[in-house]
Amino acid sequence: MSDSPATPLTTADGVPLKVSLRRAVRRSKIKAFLLVSPLLLFLVVAFVMPIFEMLWRSVDNPEVSTHLSRTVEALEGWDRESLPGEEVFAALAEDLREGQQARNLGLLSSRLNYEKSGMRSTITRTARGLGALEPPYREALIELNDTWGELDTWKLIQREASPLTISYYLAAVDRQLTPDGEIVRAPESQRLHVTLFWRTLWMSLVITGLTLLLGYPVAFLLASLPLRYSNLLMILVLLPFWTSLLVRTTTWIAILQSQGVLNDLMVAVGVVADDARWQMIHNKTGTIVAMTHILLPFMILPLYSVMKTIPPSYMRAARSLGGRPFLCFRRVYFPLTIPGIAAGGILVFILSIGYYITPALVGGQSGRFITNYIAYHMQTSLNWGLAAAIASILLFVVVVFYLVFNRLIGVDKVKLG
Amino acid sequence: MKRDTQQAGKPALKLMVCAVAGASVLGLASVAQAQQTLNIVSWGGAYSMSQERAYHEPWMEKTGDNIVNIDRSANALAGLRAQSQAGNVTWDLVDMLPADAMIACAEGLIEPLDHDELLAPAPDGTPASEDFVDGALGECFVASIVYSNIVAFNSSMFPEDKQPSTIEDVFDLENYPGQRALMRRPINNMEWALIADGVDREDVYDMLETEEGIQRAFAKLDTIKDHVIWWEEGSQPPQLLADREVAFASAYNGRIFDAMVSENQPFEIIWDAQVFELDGWVVPTGKLDKVRDYLYFATDTQRLADQAQYISYGPARLSSSEYVSTHAETGIEMEPHMPTYGPNFATALQKDDEFWADYSDELNQRFDAWLAQ
Amino acid sequence: MAIPSYATRGERIWHYVFLGICALIFLFLVGPLLIIIPLSFNAQPYFTFSQEMLSLDPAGYSLRWYQDFFTSRAWLHAIKNSFIIGIASTILATILGTIAALGLSSRHMPARSVIMALLISPMIVPLIISAAAMFFFFSKVNLAQTYLGVILAHTALGIPFVVITVTATLSSFDTTLIKAAHSLGANPTRTFFKVVLPLVTPGVVSGALFAFITSFDEVVVVLFISGPEQRTMPIQMWSGIREQISPTILAVATLLVLLSMLLLTTLELLRRRSERLRGVTPE
Repeated sequence: MSDSPATPLTTADGVPLKVSLRRAVRRSKIKAFLLVSPLLLFLVVAFVMPIFEMLWRSVDNPEVSTHLSRTVEALEGWDRESLPGEEVFAALAEDLREGQQARNLGLLSSRLNYEKSGMRSTITRTARGLGALEPPYREALIELNDTWGELDTWKLIQREASPLTISYYLAAVDRQLTPDGEIVRAPESQRLHVTLFWRTLWMSLVITGLTLLLGYPVAFLLASLPLRYSNLLMILVLLPFWTSLLVRTTTWIAILQSQGVLNDLMVAVGVVADDARWQMIHNKTGTIVAMTHILLPFMILPLYSVMKTIPPSYMRAARSLGGRPFLCFRRVYFPLTIPGIAAGGILVFILSIGYYITPALVGGQSGRFITNYIAYHMQTSLNWGLAAAIASILLFVVVVFYLVFNRLIGVDKVKLG
Repeated sequence: MKRDTQQAGKPALKLMVCAVAGASVLGLASVAQAQQTLNIVSWGGAYSMSQERAYHEPWMEKTGDNIVNIDRSANALAGLRAQSQAGNVTWDLVDMLPADAMIACAEGLIEPLDHDELLAPAPDGTPASEDFVDGALGECFVASIVYSNIVAFNSSMFPEDKQPSTIEDVFDLENYPGQRALMRRPINNMEWALIADGVDREDVYDMLETEEGIQRAFAKLDTIKDHVIWWEEGSQPPQLLADREVAFASAYNGRIFDAMVSENQPFEIIWDAQVFELDGWVVPTGKLDKVRDYLYFATDTQRLADQAQYISYGPARLSSSEYVSTHAETGIEMEPHMPTYGPNFATALQKDDEFWADYSDELNQRFDAWLAQ
Repeated sequence: MAIPSYATRGERIWHYVFLGICALIFLFLVGPLLIIIPLSFNAQPYFTFSQEMLSLDPAGYSLRWYQDFFTSRAWLHAIKNSFIIGIASTILATILGTIAALGLSSRHMPARSVIMALLISPMIVPLIISAAAMFFFFSKVNLAQTYLGVILAHTALGIPFVVITVTATLSSFDTTLIKAAHSLGANPTRTFFKVVLPLVTPGVVSGALFAFITSFDEVVVVLFISGPEQRTMPIQMWSGIREQISPTILAVATLLVLLSMLLLTTLELLRRRSERLRGVTPE
């Protein structure tokens, strides 16, 4: 095509039109991209890099290789069958002595304690007892703390010497490594996270279902009313949407707690005895009710915008062809609203599995989500690697749903308000 | 402040001499760096209030410094780590538990303390290192109080002739029905479960190091699991008791005392099997010079005794006990409300920090798994 | 929704039942927000209606919780912080987001959907994950526990809202208006200020409002990355609810409900103005 012998069309200054057009397109491409680039750059720094930092944290494993560098080196070529030799113990003594002086054994002992309870005090006590120790260190250290006489301790140190680890991910899905490196399920008494992942997904499904159940009729009503009425009623949907999340959560506490408005009302009416008030908060019920309320507008708005585009004449036509009302609805109207259901459903579901504030405040024990454990490991247990691993898994789940959402509906079609 | 001087009475006179002597030495130093702002991290609630009255207010009056109270002690270790990693330590002095202090110290987050150099001697001249209760002075830690984890109950929820009195009663749903509020963590609950199940106090931690002991504790907790509300903030248990949401609540003894005297709540404390522990100050790395004078002041004999006017935690200094007087607002004699008071202390158990340093990762996970079952 | 004349008796009944159900759902949506308003005037420190309140006895009502709020140093400091952080991050997000939206609405924008997906992601990624991630990264680069850190974080969270609303406005922007302005003799500057700007402004303003409310209401990220100095109103509320939920919280909540009503009205007015300018009139 480009080597066509005919004289090509040219612009006024003699440039072939095709070239000129291509240039113009390229120029506007560059211009468009330049306009977007400050924001892209900003988000890369303020959002994307933090996410990568978190992903890195979930596998980063510097403690043993940094603070026990000599020991790790001395352990190379160890046969893993019998206790290591004196040179390894001497290296350990030197590493710990140096760590004690620099006062940086804390992270090391925490790290090893995640894998084997008791390692924290083993390291702390050994480091403290080192002062008076004389070679040969092998006997002296085992004498000081018999953990050093266990083969598994050394296998553990050797394993965790690698700069990257999958231990955090294993812990996040209730698995663990045996001393010999096999992946096994954690003892039943310590399995926790998988249950919570499932519970989070399950409760989010329930919440999504409830918002659909409550949102569908309202969206239908709004879509079929004349605009000046529906605009008024829309305010009732938008008001909670615009109200602070904490306010909405607080108000449910005031309503649902056992000395709260609803229980008082039921006692006053006589439905419930004063000493048998319902426990509606600090459990699953609390989380589900409050979150259904909070997420309901996110279901109504997409449903409404889809229903708005369905011409009312379709239903009338179906009726005039003799369909019973319910049949007409099911066969004609409902299928047309499926895109709205999909959009609202996925949106509510994505938002729900990532919720933290509401489950933390009204969820009690049984209404807790996996997100609460991310916060717990970030702030209380301080096992940041595990927090990062759980968060990364949750992120993966959300991204998958987000991509589905994007493929089905397109993010740029999202409307607000 | 008027109230202080009135009530301090005679002991204050005795102390005055020391205080004047101390102040004249310190005076120069504190004038030199007057009017700074100290960010002090503590637990909030009635506890922070007692520190404010006993330490902060007199100190601000004396030096013109400004003290900002930050209620972050519950997450103090995380905060210290984050700040030190960021290279921007904004906290000047932190109130934390000895177990956390041990970890922070091993990580180099807080300053090692030379107790005799940094702390005031007792009024009779006993050096500081000999004037504190056992375990109160750690490598990087100086305790200010002895507090206790106890179970309290709302006495109006039980008939007068059938009030609970022992830890066994907490696990006895038949005779003492009602919801229980327990802290959402294994610490204390595991110990109480074993004691209520008949284990001797001395053997509790040895038992908990064995699989059998752990299972036994969980089995005992299982018996009341369906009747437990799990709390996480120290201010919740008095609230839950006052709202009659629960009949029993585990709590810090000071919070319950505060509700009893300031709000006239009909609460009673079960001192049986109280698990006592210490709480006190640590200095974030690099802040020692800034808080040196304040720390000297806030840990002296009179200040620790003063704090006991506002909250029922025992002073960690031996010499303070003779200056402990009455509650500042109600005039109640404080001694019977202290964890360290003889009858209260008879069946007390000291929390084993080293045990929990080793096993809390594992037991927290098991505890949560148990809760999720 | 009128009942068609051919409706049967059963349908009529169903119609009213349906309206009743909808009314109940609306009550579920708005009732909880309204119930706290009278509760916040409770003279007693309880979360429920006292006998005096129900009998409309003036003694049952009081302004003490509002007084508590307006005289508390901690709350006032938190309000100040919330406004500083909210306004700063709104300005940043609005500028960056609007410029980017101009690029995104160009026909020639390369890799449009990928970039759009990336720009929207702070809205989709769960806050707790963003918070943990930002905590790790900001600690490393000395931004944790600083106002700048919190402002940058909130800017990132507010950007998707600006991008969405402004691109939506631009996509419905009728470019022939610019040509018309030119042909009527206006120069580009005049065209921009007299034609483009008035039409785009409502979109930008509502995007900015969204960004502001996002920051103003955000707890999780602040909880993780802020220091004591940057304590915001939601943080103050969060710890209030967790520790002891005092009726002061209800007073704050009431004020916030009023604020959201105000914002909603502003948005509604903006929408009407924009429709009027475009010559679209509601039915």
